[in-house]
Amino acid sequence: MAFTYTRAARYFLLADFFGGFKLGLKYFFAPKATLNYPHEKGPLSPRFRGEHALRRYPNGEERCIACKLCEAICPAQAITIEAEPRDDGSRRTTKYDIDMTKCIYCGFCQEACPVDAIVEGPNFEFSTETREELFYDKDKLLANGDRWEVEIARNLELDAPYR
Amino acid sequence: MDFWDGNFGVFLIILAQCLAVTVSVLVALAFLMYADRKVWAAVQMRKGPNMVGVFGLLQSFADFIKYIVKEVVVPAGADKTVFYLAPMISFVLAVIAWAVIPFSDGWVVANLNVGILYIFAISSLEVYGVIMGGWASNSKYPFLGSLRSAAQMISYEVSIGFIIVGVLISTGSLNLTEIVRAQDGAFGLFSWYWLPHFPMVFLFLISAMAETNRPPFDLPEAEAELVAGYQVEYSSTPFLLFMIGELMAVVLMCALITLLFFGGWLSPIPFLPDGVLWFVLKVLFFFFIFAMTKAIVPRFRYDQLMRIGWKVFLPLSLGWVVMVSVFAQYGWFWGAYARWTTGG
Repeated sequence: MAFTYTRAARYFLLADFFGGFKLGLKYFFAPKATLNYPHEKGPLSPRFRGEHALRRYPNGEERCIACKLCEAICPAQAITIEAEPRDDGSRRTTKYDIDMTKCIYCGFCQEACPVDAIVEGPNFEFSTETREELFYDKDKLLANGDRWEVEIARNLELDAPYR
Repeated sequence: MDFWDGNFGVFLIILAQCLAVTVSVLVALAFLMYADRKVWAAVQMRKGPNMVGVFGLLQSFADFIKYIVKEVVVPAGADKTVFYLAPMISFVLAVIAWAVIPFSDGWVVANLNVGILYIFAISSLEVYGVIMGGWASNSKYPFLGSLRSAAQMISYEVSIGFIIVGVLISTGSLNLTEIVRAQDGAFGLFSWYWLPHFPMVFLFLISAMAETNRPPFDLPEAEAELVAGYQVEYSSTPFLLFMIGELMAVVLMCALITLLFFGGWLSPIPFLPDGVLWFVLKVLFFFFIFAMTKAIVPRFRYDQLMRIGWKVFLPLSLGWVVMVSVFAQYGWFWGAYARWTTGG
């Protein structure tokens, strides 16, 4: 390779270093992209698939009719449902468990649900200290539904035109 | 006889001086660690630590407590004595080098006549902490990391030695206080050694980065290839000692650049008073350069590192020593290279 004087000059004058230093200083004073996470949070899409919830009708009746479509479609087999007729003859679940350690948050369960009962809400902060706490049962899921109903309903409405 | 002239009194005075220097340097180090992280974060458009204390200023102290209370894990195959000795050597050597650093005129624990030689000897020994740590861990990555650091630190000490010789020829003294006094002139910052020894300033800066295993020469702990190099098996307090020792060596190098080339405590503007504040400001400036370099320069490959050390820096610094000797002998350039009368 031929000896190039410009290259040698750039090398000995630390041209790349000073160029990088200038660029570094430019970004040094640039506005920061950091989000102070627990205090500030980023925007979430209405389609965000977070923690599961079982919804109710406005009159307080639970939506789930135990058709077991979610259980059937769940690719991780995280959902377990047992059902029998209730005293008034309607078909309801006696057991609705989701193993959150198995769940892959694919959202197939909420796609499969004919009555919008099981949905994935906007909550993503549900870490626990023990593994057992992540085995959700029906009570926990219904409580989630009551807690997040406003947000879930709004997200479903916002996403409805695209479905 | 006065108490302070007796053996015990002198001992107490010296102890107090040592404590004053060590404690102030250690406290300064905590904030420098924070500053380092902040600079690094700012260049990457992050905010850096900002939760502990006002603006995250107490982050280093939180980290300190965390390191202290964590469990010390010693690998089963490790040589326990050497394993514990290595971080202590690393830390102690980094601390004792500060004994000869003059913070201001007369503000020095030990005004050694061979101060610069002492620092050079101490910083040469620092490689032992790394080698012993890597060896005693009895594990692959630490061993490779320590091998790298051995070759790297020794290579760059050669060029650092020659750069220092250039300054010594100009001053005629090995005493750091005298070296700074020799830079005291009528022209403020233009009397300092950075001007007559201009190219050597950059050589020294880069060599100092290599000598202290700072990025872009952090090959001994290159996390992409060696996980964390010689620190892999270390945890808790031993790791903390390694980290403090390393950072202290970096700040020592900043102080050394300040003393050798940028007039230590001297004021850059002739009519402003000299003082310790100037020394601190200069050290902070060079620490900023070190931190920025960490943020902007990618890590060197090992062969590149060796090539720069032996094929570029060594001939350049050696040639410079010869040149300075000639200039000083014949008193060229208005005696800028020969200041024996003003210096030591």
